[in-house]
Amino acid sequence: MYAKKIAALAMASMLVLAGCSSTTEESESNESTTSSSTPKAGGAGGEVGVFTWWADGSEAKGLQALEKMFAEKYPNDTFKNLAVAGGSGSNAKAKLASDLKNGNPPGSFQGHAGAELTDYIDNEQIDAVDEIIKQLGGESVFPKSLTERLTVDGHIYSVPVDIHRANVVWANSALLKKAGVTETPTDVKGWIADMEKVKASGVATPLSIGGTWTQTELFESILAADLGADGYNKLFTPEGAWDSPEVKSAIEDYKKVLTFTNTASDGDDWPAATDMVASGQAAYNVMGDWAVAEFEMKGKKYGTDYTAFAVPGKEIVYDFLADSFTLPTGTKNPEATKDWLRFVGSAEAQESFNQIKGSIPARTDVKPDGFSKYQQDAMKDFKELPIVSSVAHGAAVSLAWSSEVNTAMSKFYQDKNTDNLASALAAAHDKYGK
Amino acid sequence: MKRVKRWLPSFLLVLPSIILVGIFVYGFIGKTVFTSLARVKTKSGRIKAPGGWANYSQLLADDRYQHAMWNLLVLTVVFVAGTMIFGLLWALLLERGVNGEGFFRSVFLFPMAVSFVAAGVIWRWLLSPAKDGQATGLNQLFVHLGMPGLQSSWYSSGKFNMAAMAIPAIWQLSGYIMALFLAGFRGISEDQREAARVDGASEFKLYWNVLFPQLSPIALSALIIVGHMSMKMFDLIYAIAGQSSYTAEVPATLMWTQMFQLNNPTAAAVNATILLVIVAVVVVPYLVYTNRTEKGGR
Repeated sequence: MYAKKIAALAMASMLVLAGCSSTTEESESNESTTSSSTPKAGGAGGEVGVFTWWADGSEAKGLQALEKMFAEKYPNDTFKNLAVAGGSGSNAKAKLASDLKNGNPPGSFQGHAGAELTDYIDNEQIDAVDEIIKQLGGESVFPKSLTERLTVDGHIYSVPVDIHRANVVWANSALLKKAGVTETPTDVKGWIADMEKVKASGVATPLSIGGTWTQTELFESILAADLGADGYNKLFTPEGAWDSPEVKSAIEDYKKVLTFTNTASDGDDWPAATDMVASGQAAYNVMGDWAVAEFEMKGKKYGTDYTAFAVPGKEIVYDFLADSFTLPTGTKNPEATKDWLRFVGSAEAQESFNQIKGSIPARTDVKPDGFSKYQQDAMKDFKELPIVSSVAHGAAVSLAWSSEVNTAMSKFYQDKNTDNLASALAAAHDKYGK
Repeated sequence: MKRVKRWLPSFLLVLPSIILVGIFVYGFIGKTVFTSLARVKTKSGRIKAPGGWANYSQLLADDRYQHAMWNLLVLTVVFVAGTMIFGLLWALLLERGVNGEGFFRSVFLFPMAVSFVAAGVIWRWLLSPAKDGQATGLNQLFVHLGMPGLQSSWYSSGKFNMAAMAIPAIWQLSGYIMALFLAGFRGISEDQREAARVDGASEFKLYWNVLFPQLSPIALSALIIVGHMSMKMFDLIYAIAGQSSYTAEVPATLMWTQMFQLNNPTAAAVNATILLVIVAVVVVPYLVYTNRTEKGGR
């Protein structure tokens, strides 16, 4: 009896020891290959852990498609899915932050392209990927409006895979018809007038909202619409004046818009709010273009059941955010990571991934055939419209700054005090934007 | 030699836990305090933390921190009062001798078996601030009962919003307090009641003058247990209000935001140290007190 137990114990400990030794060997052999960076056919070998918050819905399906293609293209490399679930990536970011602080970075992690990465760059947690961008075709395939938003001190730190638009109004066609709203409004005031009509027709919630970050997204859309692309973009430069009369008037518009909404609590996620439009409880919802998947899941048809238009204003802008992949400093297998980056930056990968995810490719050389009607429109818009960066999704500001903005928005939701919000936004700009 | 033989084995037995507790509790407390005093300057030259005690005055002067402290105060007062009152009430009812006491005891104790996070997911829905047509959870119940006036925004707005956040916590822990009080009642011998009744004491007087005074040590330990629980309450608020919610923010959840979203470990360490001091102010006198009474009892 005892002998058996002891034998089992010995066996188990031997297995554990064997496991330990094999992993150390693996990491040693990986370290010896870091010097070269030319792509190897079939991949450099080893494991590449890819950290994302694409754990659900169309995002997870897109990632699966990438995983499958990656396995075909780079048979030597092993893809490891490290996705962490949670809306807008807040859980994932916390996990990532502690992994990075503990010196245990994943092979590559998803980050919103743009200012959100500045925290990582400032803490020397990610390396520049200029070489890979160049190998992928550089400015001949990535639009200038995108690359200049990715460049920090002359270097690019991430490979963009998709582009989303945040300032989209989703509208329930039947409710608008009932209220007699036939035309797309041309500015925020006109949109508010439409909400008034919708309310008069007996809809309790003309506009649906979710938790704090969805409110930030709604506010930034109105801000960009009222100020126009130049005025909005200037806010993020050192000269930006967040307590100017123009910003205050945009806050007033936002305050007016909030009178048409449902009551939300801080932590509500976006799908519930978007579903209200799909099911006819609300007429409008402002959400990024990933909301398309939510409507499709409910079996609704674009054009007949629901429509979409950009938040109307001084000029129509494209409120952009992009997902991108990074090369963390000190990752265990940088060569496999580079294979992954080359792969997600390629036209084929971006084509199949974005067709599933609902976003548009970051590369301009992907043909629009095979994409949905909405996506084709979005691709055209991205080429033609002025681009602004999203606050809620980290394209315009660093993580810390966007967290302060969220706090200010949450406070405003309670007290509805325009001056307080303007001065809180100005204070955040003083702290992080100068 | 003989002496060494006597204490060495027992010392060796506890040595591992002394080392582990030394590193993982006191070592880390030391590290946190050390971090909280650091001076931090970023690459771009911005001074994140001035260093030393100025870190503390900076955080204490912060509006957001004061808001979190106020929330914690409201939460603690309502939570402690609520659990004590309900716990005592249930203990009294059971103590009077009902049929199926064991059944009710489990019913009241059961919420404690549920983790704060799991309970939080349910309470998040119950405490939804949506009203009238969109109402869910408690608000919907009030609408169905024909009492729409009772609808509330719960924890989502108002100066005393954290009182609503205390409801799930009271629900969860008053059963535990009940168990403590019930054990206390059972510890009092039946003779005393008989004696009091023979002396002509009414039931009220019996409880007030004979039984309650003997429960005061239990009441004190119950108070300390739930009191310090509210200070470290993070999981419940995180699960109900979502991460980094401003309206439902207490120092414990603010610490998470400081650490992971504001990228400011120094401020988080300052916050943690202050929280530790507050808990120590409550707990240490209690430990001294119990130590003394135990010695006196010997």
